[in-house]
Amino acid sequence: MVRVEFLGPIQKEPLNIEANTLSDVAKILSQDEELKEWIATSAVAVNDMLVSSLDIPLKDGDKISLLPPVCGG
Amino acid sequence: MLELYKGALDVPVILKRWYEEEAPNNYGAYIPFVGTVRAEDGIEGLSFDIYEPILQSWFRAWEQKANDKGAKVVMAHSIGDVMVHESSYIAAVFSPKRRVALELIDEYVEDFKASAPIWKYDIIDNKRIYAKERSTQIKGSGLLGGIQ
Repeated sequence: MVRVEFLGPIQKEPLNIEANTLSDVAKILSQDEELKEWIATSAVAVNDMLVSSLDIPLKDGDKISLLPPVCGG
Repeated sequence: MLELYKGALDVPVILKRWYEEEAPNNYGAYIPFVGTVRAEDGIEGLSFDIYEPILQSWFRAWEQKANDKGAKVVMAHSIGDVMVHESSYIAAVFSPKRRVALELIDEYVEDFKASAPIWKYDIIDNKRIYAKERSTQIKGSGLLGGIQ
């Protein structure tokens, strides 16, 4: 089981899902119509490290975060 | 040094403290950038969400980069509401000579705008509205959607 957190303006409660890779996470999240636009524009972090590949293996208890477009300052 | 404050920053106090803290460290240049909320488009203010774990790692990478050039970076940012004509962001660079600080402050502030995990909302009629059009996708965004 991994935990998916939605940061900033996404306004969605965290999800606990079964996933072995980020590809599995992508498949599950893409079934949610509300998330489509956020998925297309968000960066992804695994355990607070930004990642750039879907092949990253996940283990039980990992935290996946979706980071939508930012604007600090 | 990364400092986060609830609400507006007390800019004179922060700038003075940083100045005094670094004064004995033989830096010849101190270049602060202060971001202040402007009255535009009928906003009452701005509001900010921060994801601190990734902001901390972003900042540590910048500390290292500055250190490699003999310089030092610091920053302060607000969490929550900051009203018009108040300030929400200070970034500053200290360096032995001016050139390094002048170049670093540009890159440091621009990378902050593009990468720091902070979300901005306009406050209009007491409601928070995500500043989507002014926001920037972090490098590598769209990974889960197959859109790079």
